[in-house]
Amino acid sequence: MAYEIDGKSFESDEEGYLIDLSAWNEQLADLIAKDEEIDMTDEHWEVVNFLREYYNEYQIAPAVRVLVKAIKKKFGKDKGSNKYLYELFPYGPAKQACKIAGLPKPTGCV
Amino acid sequence: MAKAPTFDIPAFREDLANPAMVEGAMDHSQPFVAKPEHQEDLGFPGELVENWEQKAVEKLGDLLGKNKALRVYLDSCVKCGACTDKCHYYIGTGDPKNMPVARQDLLRSLYRRHFTLAGKIAPGLVGARDMDKEMLDDWYKYFHQCSQCRRCSVFCPYGIDTAEISMAARDIMDHIGVGQKYSNEILAKVHKIGNNLGLPKPALIDTMEGLEEDVLEDDGVAVRFPVDVQGADVLLVTPSADFFAEPHVDGLIGYAKVFHQAGINWTVSSYASEAANFAMFIGSYEQMHKVAARIRQAALDLGVKRVIFGECGHAWRVAYSFLNSLAGPWDFLDPKYPVPQHILEVTHDLIQRGAINLDPSANDDMTLTFHDSCNVARGSGMGNMEGGQFIIPREVIKASVNKFVEMDPATTCEKTFCCGGGGGLLTDDLMELRVKGALPRMEALKDVVDNNGVTHMAAICAICKSQFSKVMPYYGFPMDMIVSVHQLVSDAIQLGTKE
Repeated sequence: MAYEIDGKSFESDEEGYLIDLSAWNEQLADLIAKDEEIDMTDEHWEVVNFLREYYNEYQIAPAVRVLVKAIKKKFGKDKGSNKYLYELFPYGPAKQACKIAGLPKPTGCV
Repeated sequence: MAKAPTFDIPAFREDLANPAMVEGAMDHSQPFVAKPEHQEDLGFPGELVENWEQKAVEKLGDLLGKNKALRVYLDSCVKCGACTDKCHYYIGTGDPKNMPVARQDLLRSLYRRHFTLAGKIAPGLVGARDMDKEMLDDWYKYFHQCSQCRRCSVFCPYGIDTAEISMAARDIMDHIGVGQKYSNEILAKVHKIGNNLGLPKPALIDTMEGLEEDVLEDDGVAVRFPVDVQGADVLLVTPSADFFAEPHVDGLIGYAKVFHQAGINWTVSSYASEAANFAMFIGSYEQMHKVAARIRQAALDLGVKRVIFGECGHAWRVAYSFLNSLAGPWDFLDPKYPVPQHILEVTHDLIQRGAINLDPSANDDMTLTFHDSCNVARGSGMGNMEGGQFIIPREVIKASVNKFVEMDPATTCEKTFCCGGGGGLLTDDLMELRVKGALPRMEALKDVVDNNGVTHMAAICAICKSQFSKVMPYYGFPMDMIVSVHQLVSDAIQLGTKE
């Protein structure tokens, strides 16, 4: 599988996760989101950007709880919940948001 | 992915008798095949080897030599049919190849052809077959539609363990270069990083510090979440999902509060930051040994006196049943305590001795039921009592909540149904199978929701928790209906009352 932008091809795995993490850019994120049937709002971008920052520091996506806390800080108490994150990313904040952020899929019993 | 499912969600059955059979219903279902790098990381060939038909037979011969039980299981089936309607995947899909006897026969036919006299002389008369592409395809599909939960073996008059057969088949497939991506990629991560998630030490420390802050903020008590503390008394080995996912992490908070309240000096290890041992799912003794050896190494390096396991189903089976032969002897640990010990045994003992105070009214907004996890129910024990693995979790729940209801006894304790995601099948590429396989548990849950006002279901396995939070919405239940048992303890425990 691959994503195509302006004739350029970006390889992904069977489920649409980018193979080359450094190839990610915002245009590509928009394209992956479209594939996931998600319209990217400011809140979506906030989650995606936080995931990328965390990944850059720790080489792994943050725990759901850490993500919830960060969003709560940014957008207030009513948006600081797992439920809200699922409203943004119906297939799950960890997996779907990671895909859009160009990060590998979290593995294991999650 | 957020799109509507491309498969039908099974309807709750009016009549729980045998489901209607649908030939080939799940013939399209198979997990992603491991890439060469996933295979080679574990020492398996990267892709289908030359002469694989012959190699598969040789590997089967090798396994028969090492595992006498496997030969007994392959020899002793009399086709009585007792198992046919006992598998959750058969009930949920209706595919006759998901009848346990049919699944066993996928391997049995090859066994008969090469390892029995009748099969060598007159294969057609005894259902003996040679390995070919069609057989391999069927193996890959249908041995990945078995969660190795062993419910069928409870009903088999000969005690044939389909899980052992499915493990052997997966081991053979790995050895000819056809592995499953999900399990094999994860095992390689354990070898490289120490856990299934791939959570490196700095991230683990950050996560644990975050939990300290949360508990301090919520309860006003400085409960510690220690990592790599040299000379701690207890090494906690818990599934890495406990550091990452919901509701798992609420269980981890519960363990920490119990340790805090009981004054137990504990730590997790960044080297052995995983209780799960997926090597059991792929039937590889060598891999199972390698994963378990990390726990031994961490216990030695940290100089602990006890090893305690968190809420993880198959990890507890591996620990309870095999830890000594895999990674023993454990003579360097304190002989006063069982090796290993389950966190529920610890909490239960503290409750019995009055060493911790629980206020069950803290959970009065919930009515609980309990899902027995297959590997705990049928693959292990707990405490010094017959059936302790059923009694102890229930005792701990009942001490933590006022309202507890049992599900249909045909679906609990040793007859429990798998969540639908065990045995290395908790992967998105098998979502249809996972949803359909959850049907019998969802039916039993619906019954107590409708008739007894149950609001939540507790579990003691990371796979069960993730599986239910994912598949329950397909059946109209909210995802946060599944909770950790130690999450209930966490809510009820009275910190600071027994300093």
